[in-house]
Amino acid sequence: MSGAIIIGCSVAYVGLLFVIAFWAERRAKAGRSLVNNPYIYALSLAVYCTAWTYYGSVGRAATSGVGFLPIYLGPTILAPLWLLFLRKLILISKSQRITSVADLISSRYGKSTWLGLLGTVIAVFGIIPYISIQLKAIAISFDILTLGGQPGDHLQVPFYADTALYIAIALAIFTILFGTRHLDPNERHEGLVAAIAFESLLKLAAFLAVGIFVVFGLYQGLPDLFTQALQEERIQRLLDLRAAPIDGWSWFWLNLLSMSAVLFLPRQFHVAVVENTSADHVGKASWLFPLYLLLINLFVLPIAFAGLLQFPGASVDPDTFVLALPLHSGQELLALLAALGGFSAATSMVIVAVIALSIMLSNNLVLPLLVKSQTIQERYVLDLPQRLLGIRRISIVVVLLVSYAYFKSVGQAYTLVSIGLISFTAVAQFAPAIVGGVYWKRGTKIGALAGLLVGFVIWAFTLPLPTLCETGILDQSLIEQGLWGLPWLKPYSLFGLEGVDHVSHSAFWSLLFNVAAYVGVSLYTRPNALEITQADLFVDIYKYREGGTDYDVMRRQAKVADVTLLLNRFLGPVRARQVLQTYSKQTGKELERLPVADAELVNFAETHLSGAIGAASAKIIMASVAKDDPIGLEEMFDILEQTREIMQYSKALELKSEELQATTRQLQTANEQLKALDRLKADFITTVTHELRTPITSIKALARILQDTADLPEEKRAEFLGIIVGESERIARLINQVLDLEKIRSADDGFRKEVILLQPLLRKAYAGMSQLMEEKQIRQSLELTSTPLSVKGDPDKLTQVVINLLSNAVKFSPPGDGLIALRLKKRGAEALIEVADNGIGIAAEDQELIFGQFTQLSDRERGKPTGSGLGLYISRQIVERHGGRLQVDSKPGEGAVFQLFLPLVKK
Amino acid sequence: MNQNRSAKILIVDDEPNIVVALEFLLQQQGFVVEKAYNGQEALDKLSSFRPGIVILDVMMPGMDGFEVARRIRQQPSNRNTQIIFLTAKGTDADKIKGYSAGGEVYITKPFDNDELIQTVQEVVEFG
Repeated sequence: MSGAIIIGCSVAYVGLLFVIAFWAERRAKAGRSLVNNPYIYALSLAVYCTAWTYYGSVGRAATSGVGFLPIYLGPTILAPLWLLFLRKLILISKSQRITSVADLISSRYGKSTWLGLLGTVIAVFGIIPYISIQLKAIAISFDILTLGGQPGDHLQVPFYADTALYIAIALAIFTILFGTRHLDPNERHEGLVAAIAFESLLKLAAFLAVGIFVVFGLYQGLPDLFTQALQEERIQRLLDLRAAPIDGWSWFWLNLLSMSAVLFLPRQFHVAVVENTSADHVGKASWLFPLYLLLINLFVLPIAFAGLLQFPGASVDPDTFVLALPLHSGQELLALLAALGGFSAATSMVIVAVIALSIMLSNNLVLPLLVKSQTIQERYVLDLPQRLLGIRRISIVVVLLVSYAYFKSVGQAYTLVSIGLISFTAVAQFAPAIVGGVYWKRGTKIGALAGLLVGFVIWAFTLPLPTLCETGILDQSLIEQGLWGLPWLKPYSLFGLEGVDHVSHSAFWSLLFNVAAYVGVSLYTRPNALEITQADLFVDIYKYREGGTDYDVMRRQAKVADVTLLLNRFLGPVRARQVLQTYSKQTGKELERLPVADAELVNFAETHLSGAIGAASAKIIMASVAKDDPIGLEEMFDILEQTREIMQYSKALELKSEELQATTRQLQTANEQLKALDRLKADFITTVTHELRTPITSIKALARILQDTADLPEEKRAEFLGIIVGESERIARLINQVLDLEKIRSADDGFRKEVILLQPLLRKAYAGMSQLMEEKQIRQSLELTSTPLSVKGDPDKLTQVVINLLSNAVKFSPPGDGLIALRLKKRGAEALIEVADNGIGIAAEDQELIFGQFTQLSDRERGKPTGSGLGLYISRQIVERHGGRLQVDSKPGEGAVFQLFLPLVKK
Repeated sequence: MNQNRSAKILIVDDEPNIVVALEFLLQQQGFVVEKAYNGQEALDKLSSFRPGIVILDVMMPGMDGFEVARRIRQQPSNRNTQIIFLTAKGTDADKIKGYSAGGEVYITKPFDNDELIQTVQEVVEFG
């Protein structure tokens, strides 16, 4: 077949793709989107099936039987979970305007420039081998068609004569035309998606056609083919799972790698998340996509077996069976269709992958570096959108050329599958940071950086590096002796892990250290405010979506004009106006009236900028006009501190208030006491007045009689004068006692405090009274303990108390038959002084009364006793001031015993 | 003076010295005087002595003067007995209490000898 026909067909095919793309974009503009349905979405996801699937699966099956399957089993097993995970990822990415997988990681961990950068580097290094195998597939298929079944030697020809180079250049132009005609603020390319969906259909149809031809054209159906195949021992061996070169360990890792690849490969993320039109499409896609995988793998084994039967002795590379079988059977048209299918599988992968990489390179690598430099920012910021497209175009060319270089130097030596798996393992490094980032708030920027970095380094050391050695670019001894000659640093048996295939080995170590570093470092680092915000927005996306509120810890302001200018520059005037109008509509704020752009507007603008240039770049650019004032942890703690202080103040105030209330209560009580005291005082004065009036009445009346009556008999005169003197003394006594009382009341210091031996004091007081008692013919008894007893106090006052008690006893003793005893005893730590009489006694109800003021018990026989009614009251006051007690024990008619307890002085 | 001789007066006071003074003063004027040192004693002596006038102290231990007055008034036989309160309690409220208890006159301690005699004589003549 001539090259011209093949090139002509290819160009025609590409032209068809452009028509489809233009048509789709026109419909999108008219509001009748072609791609906004789950079927197109599922077909676009099928970009997962590349030339690797198309050619490589057969090659793999021809060498390791069912070993090709895990790459498709992984996504199939995981697909039901998409409803949870992929949906969440899409919602997050829509709300945050995520443009790529690197952007996702950067955005989640505080819009980190470094993470975006690292993610981009990993993606680029990881995907370049993958792109190179597409180049290889296209080049080989071209060779086979033109050279009649034999692949050309691309290693020997100079690069300018190499078809693969021109394929790379053609793909670059193709991609530039598809992906960078204009800058879309959301990185949405409906035309591209439509073209890819078409390509997915074509490659499926072509593969099925080849399969049907092989089974029913070359053989009489599957039974015939399998019967023939199983007669050969080498084919039989392929189906023996125990003898297969792929064990359970490898199955596990390949499944795991493919699970992450189907979502985190840059092109997969691009079609599954960035280009997604509705998160609701995920539901149908989660069974449509596995169905597609099933169909495209249906004829892998039959074609492989047929190839092995048709081309014995390894004369044909199994990776080319799909082309070689129809070609050798003389089916040139079918071969052409098969080649077009392979071409479509390769081109769709290359276009999407390179576009995704170019977005990363421009948004997360070049742009942050560009805008971080103030001078460049000022000089070029005006035409940045145009520069952005330029950067992307250059990125596309560079990526493809580097891929070509890899193909030319390394890629040729390996099978499609083994190189594809290198990419899978690289991309799997994203998984911990993304899965953790979406479900685990505690993950930090430093943790993610550490995980990615360590995973990337181990991947690079265990997979791509040895390929460089094996192809002679680096020294072969590295593989055999380890890095620096250290045996535990051998790339294929790191830390002595042997007996597993290279991919599982690399995946195990890189992911183990990746996860450990991510989790471990996250737990030991503190996120900043923006990281906390983003973590919340990511993990709790459903909550914030329902709430519809802007989660906002970024307190910043900018001039409205500046924000408008930025939007104009990066989105273009039309789109900028739309964005601002949307904002006005959503918030009801008129921009012309806003004095400054508040945090809400700044965040809104930044989110829309993120869609165009990535989260990290948007953050940096917005910072150039907005006073970026994120609440740092320090500040948060300050606020917390202030809040705590306020709470403390409030608590203190509460305490104060309680104290005041308590004081008020105390004052009220005191006031009541004072009032009561006042009443007591008034009563006291009334009583004293009465007590004074009584003797004065007698004195006055009798004195007037003496004055007026000249002929008063002498005896009467003497009697009256006697009464006058007596009553005068009574007044004097009363006054003294009132003064005494006042003295006791007003101060304790009125008392002397000295140690008094009680025995002499009592003898003295007793002696003073004995004269009176003898006159009244009262029998006396003095019973003092011989133990010297001492108390502390005022001897005069105590003497007064004892005399008062004795005189009371005398007063109430029956005349002529009285008996009075004064006793002193020791009672524990107290001295007990008793004054006992055999008088009329005191009724129980009166026993407390007699110690009150002016209470006098009437002697019913003899009328009122002499006395002021203050004696016992004063006595008790004195005793209590000495820390003692004064009480009475009595029964009416049986006399009374007054008991005086005083605390003893301790020796 | 004849009238005075026929008039009998009961002095009720718990202060013996005041009783001494009153007794001398009233006897000097020719009244027949009987003494009681508390309420109950006064009521006891009332029926036998049948005085025209009772001079009654208010503040006494046991039964006070007001109570004694009320008891006197409860007996119809004492219809013609006049009550003179003699007390150190001199407020208006005390006086009203005294009048409502059935007293005719209210004299505060310390009293003036002449005023007391004059009041007693007025009660004898017009009461």
